[in-house]
Amino acid sequence: MSTLVEQSASRAQPLSMAQVRRVGFQTIVIREFNRIIRIWSQTLLPSVVTATLYFLIFGKVIGGRVGLMDGFAYMMYIAPGLIMQAVINNSYTNVVSSFFGAKFGKHIEELLVSPLPSWIIVTGYVSGGVVRGAIVGVLVSAVALFFTHLPVEHPVIVVGAAILTSVTFALGGFLNAMFAKNFDQISIIPTFLLAPLTYLGGVFYSIADLPGWAHHLSLIDPILYMVNAFRFGFLGVSDVPVFYAFAIMIVAIIGLFSAAVVLLDRSSGIRE
Amino acid sequence: MNALSVRGLTKTYHNGVQALKGIDLTVEEGDFFALLGPNGAGKTTLIGIVTSLVRKSGGEASIFGYDIDRQLEVAKSCIGVVPQEINFNMFESPLTIVVNQAGFYGIPRPVARQRAEKYLKQLQLWDKRNHASRGLSGGMKRRLMIARALMHEPRLLILDEPTAGVDIEIRRSMWEFLREINQRGTTIILTTHYLEEAENLCRNIAIIDGGRIIERDRMSNLLRRLHTETFVLTLAKPLTHSPSLPPYTVRLVDEITLEVEVSKEENLNRLFALLSDLGIEVLSLRNKVNRLEEIFMRLVEKGAAA
Repeated sequence: MSTLVEQSASRAQPLSMAQVRRVGFQTIVIREFNRIIRIWSQTLLPSVVTATLYFLIFGKVIGGRVGLMDGFAYMMYIAPGLIMQAVINNSYTNVVSSFFGAKFGKHIEELLVSPLPSWIIVTGYVSGGVVRGAIVGVLVSAVALFFTHLPVEHPVIVVGAAILTSVTFALGGFLNAMFAKNFDQISIIPTFLLAPLTYLGGVFYSIADLPGWAHHLSLIDPILYMVNAFRFGFLGVSDVPVFYAFAIMIVAIIGLFSAAVVLLDRSSGIRE
Repeated sequence: MNALSVRGLTKTYHNGVQALKGIDLTVEEGDFFALLGPNGAGKTTLIGIVTSLVRKSGGEASIFGYDIDRQLEVAKSCIGVVPQEINFNMFESPLTIVVNQAGFYGIPRPVARQRAEKYLKQLQLWDKRNHASRGLSGGMKRRLMIARALMHEPRLLILDEPTAGVDIEIRRSMWEFLREINQRGTTIILTTHYLEEAENLCRNIAIIDGGRIIERDRMSNLLRRLHTETFVLTLAKPLTHSPSLPPYTVRLVDEITLEVEVSKEENLNRLFALLSDLGIEVLSLRNKVNRLEEIFMRLVEKGAAA
């Protein structure tokens, strides 16, 4: 090994914890962003392909026969829901796979031995999920614009609903990864919970067209509120009050974030 | 000042295994300290508690005076750890791994990049900086973990079996590197199975067995307490039975190999005179084991018998 140069002389002065937290948070987000870009064919491409197929099949082929939905062409009506579906899936999947991968590969220990507090680690991973949700959301929006015109009635609601939904599901992904013991357990919730709730959450239809019992049942699906808030931002129509959607998301974020920080502090399934 | 101070540290795992049974240990700042013990003795648990990877059941621990219960973040910022198992992301490059690790300790990226170049060059990994880490050899992976642990220039470096599976040439160059780091002021705690490594590098030593510290002394004092050495003699002609060589204890290992236990007060001339009288010709002579290994085995065996 070559000789050490000025090691003791160059030893850093004690850093303020504020700087440690700020740089640490930035580092987690940069690492997550680089991961998303490095494996773009797994992180970005599938949602673009899926959305294209949805627009082709449900929009072009079937949509033409459906006619108007809430006064809008079917393709235009389903576009916000398909974008939101991509945001939800990608925010969730990014955090669950990245954090569980770090747990499985043991490199989560890099963070656990560092001076970063649990809330910074959770915030960093969730931000990574939001970044992927945002990138995929923009890509799917671009695909949608290729097939249909998409007005934006309330831009603040579009951005707000997208970000809060993304944060909610990124936190959900984090909790899933905390509890998961193997790779099967990180695919159970997306397959058996998220997908049904999304499909039944008014992505492809208005719940006003459902029979009474199904209409009432749909109202307990939280994704319905998110999809409708997002659609309201674009088209100005919603099956539910938009206020409810934001209230549900804010309460969910507070609850899920607190649970994630407490669990990471206790390190259930990570520390012995 | 003590770099590490632990008092009454206990750990009982969920499965009921009591890994630590009340450990008291101090390591002074600037020391090169060996923590030895057989497999399952509690070394990695102790390191895990100090680095917050394992939650303690009881007791206290502090790093440079920072209590890990009350000032955990500051305490952790003083420590660099090289774990026993490879624990970096195999899909990332060495450069990314070390720069990110610096970031987790608050080191800005421009400074982290400079340090990455310095440490990756010193550990002969600079040429591999952009390769996927999974393609590195075992020795390179170990060196990468050392570079990673040094990125925030910790005051205390903890190395858990850092040279396991590393060939002798690289192991010796790593020793030299660690010696230099220690001479520049970094306190080092080393666990190793290579007792020659501990004997060569460390000034102080603790031996842990069954979750307790069974010995804590200066390395030189400990070695001085070894009263006998065992020599292995290769003979020119085969023997059918073990010869009598009073006052030495002799064992015939096979027909041309003889083990002789020699007290520190005895000189070897007398042994060779006795062998010559019996017409036994010796082709070569070597120590059976290194000195620390011998005392280590005695202490651990004594502990097991107690």
